[in-house]
Amino acid sequence: MLKILKYSFYDLMRSRWSYVYFAFYLLLGIVLLFLNNDLSKAVITLMNVIIILVPLIGTIFGVMYYYNSKEFTELLLAQPLKRSSIFLGQYLGVAISLSMSLILGLGLPFVFYGLFESSAIWDFSLLLITGTFLTLIFTALAFNIALSNENKIKGFGYAILLWLFLAVIYDGIFLLVLIGFEEYPLDKVSLIGTMLNPIDLSRTLILLKLDISALLGYTGAIFKQFFGTNYGLIVSFIALSLWVIVPVLRIVYKSKKKDF
Amino acid sequence: MVTIQGLHKKFGKNHVLSGLDLSIGAGGIFAILGPNGSGKTTLIKSVLGMVIPDKGEITVLGKNITQNSDYRHQIDYLPQIANFPSNLKVRELIKMIKDLRKSTKEDERLIELFKLTPFLDKKLGQLSGGTKQKVNLVLTFMFDSPIIILDEPTSGLDPISMLRLKDLIQVEKEKGKTILITSHIMSFVEEISDEIVFILEGKIYFKGTISELKTKTNQPDFEHAIASILTDNHA
Repeated sequence: MLKILKYSFYDLMRSRWSYVYFAFYLLLGIVLLFLNNDLSKAVITLMNVIIILVPLIGTIFGVMYYYNSKEFTELLLAQPLKRSSIFLGQYLGVAISLSMSLILGLGLPFVFYGLFESSAIWDFSLLLITGTFLTLIFTALAFNIALSNENKIKGFGYAILLWLFLAVIYDGIFLLVLIGFEEYPLDKVSLIGTMLNPIDLSRTLILLKLDISALLGYTGAIFKQFFGTNYGLIVSFIALSLWVIVPVLRIVYKSKKKDF
Repeated sequence: MVTIQGLHKKFGKNHVLSGLDLSIGAGGIFAILGPNGSGKTTLIKSVLGMVIPDKGEITVLGKNITQNSDYRHQIDYLPQIANFPSNLKVRELIKMIKDLRKSTKEDERLIELFKLTPFLDKKLGQLSGGTKQKVNLVLTFMFDSPIIILDEPTSGLDPISMLRLKDLIQVEKEKGKTILITSHIMSFVEEISDEIVFILEGKIYFKGTISELKTKTNQPDFEHAIASILTDNHA
C-alpha cells in the first residue's frame, strides 16, 4: 500500500492543481491576516471558509482523481497487489496531498505573522486538524461515489449534490425541524443531528474550543451544556473519526466486489 | 496450470459466461478465439482476478485464486488496450512496475529489441498507439513468469515488430511457459498456436489443435473452419 501511496502522492504533487490549491490558501491566509490584523479574529473568519471550502475541494478532487487514474488502476490490478491496498493507497495519496496543501498554505502566513508567540496557536491547530479531518472524510465519500458510478458525469453530479446537501441543505432542514417541533424537547435531536453531519460537527467543535458563546447557536449551546467543553471535544473527535472510518471501510468492501 | 470450473458471469442482464469449464496444461501456446462479445476478455480478466465471477472456481498452479493475490506473481499480462497514465514518462513507468513487482534486467534487452530507446523520456500520452503497444509488450515480457496472457498482442504493431513479437513468443514457449493469446488475426493465430480454445455463447465450443478443427468442420483451411463454426451457429 505504501508504494501505491508514494506513486499517487508524487503524481499529485506534480500536477498543477495541488499548487493552485496551495497558492489559494496561502493567499487567503495572507489576505485575512492583513484585513483582520489580529490572529484570533482571522482564525474565526478562516473557520467559516474552511468549513465550506475544504469539503468541496476534497469531494471534487477525490472524484476527479479516481476517474482520471482509471488506467493506472487497471494497470495496477493486473499486478500482484491486493485490491484494498491499491484503493487505500490512492485514497491516502489524494487526502494527504490535499491536507498538506491546506496545512502549508495556511500555516506559512500564520507562522510568519507570529503564530508561535500568540495565544491563538491552539485554536489555529484545531482549525488545521479539523480541516484535515474534513479532507479525509470528503475524499473518502468522493471515492465511494466514484466506485459506485461508472459514469463520470453521474459521479460528479452525485458528489456535488452530496456537498451541497451537507454544506447547505442539511442546515436548512435541521432548522425547519427545530422550528416545527419547538414545543418538544429537542436537545437529543439536535445533538444527533449535529453528529450526523461532519460539517456541522466541525463547526461546533471549533466554536466550542474558541468559546465564543455568541456564535455557538442553539446546538453549540446544547453541546456545551451536555458534554462540557473538554468532553464535548472528545466526543466530536470520536464522531469525526467514525466519519472517516466508515467510508474507508466501504471503499475496501466495494473495491473487492467491483469488476474492471 | 490453469483450471476453470463452472464459471458464470453476468453484466446486468447480459450473460457473458455461462458455466465455462476449461483446463489448460503446462507448456504451449493456447489461442482463445470467439466472435466479438463472446467473453474472451471476461474469461482472461476472471483468471487475473479483475472480474469477480458470479459462480465457479478458478485455480492457477493448484491454488484457488480467491484466497490471495500472490498467484499474480506467476502471470504476465498484456492488456488489450494500452491505457497508461498519460503524464508519466516511459522510463518512469517501467521503473514503477519493476518497483511494484520485482527487479529485473530483462527490460533493457526488450527496449533494445523494440527500438524504444528514443522514447524513454517521452510522456506516455504523447506516444502513438503502436509505440504504446511496444511499451506494453516490454512491461509484460520483462518478468520471467511461467504463465503469459496476451490480449490482442498484435494491435497497432508494424510488420517488423510483429515478427519480433512472434520470435519472442516462440522463445518463451521453448522455456516451457504456458501462453494464452486472444487475437482476431487468424493468420497470426494459425502460425503460432499449438491449441485452439473456441468460445461461443459463454461456453467452450471447441478445444483442440488446428488440424482437429479442420477435420471436425470439414474445411480445408483454418479461416474457413472458424467461419463455418460461426455460420452454423448463427445462421
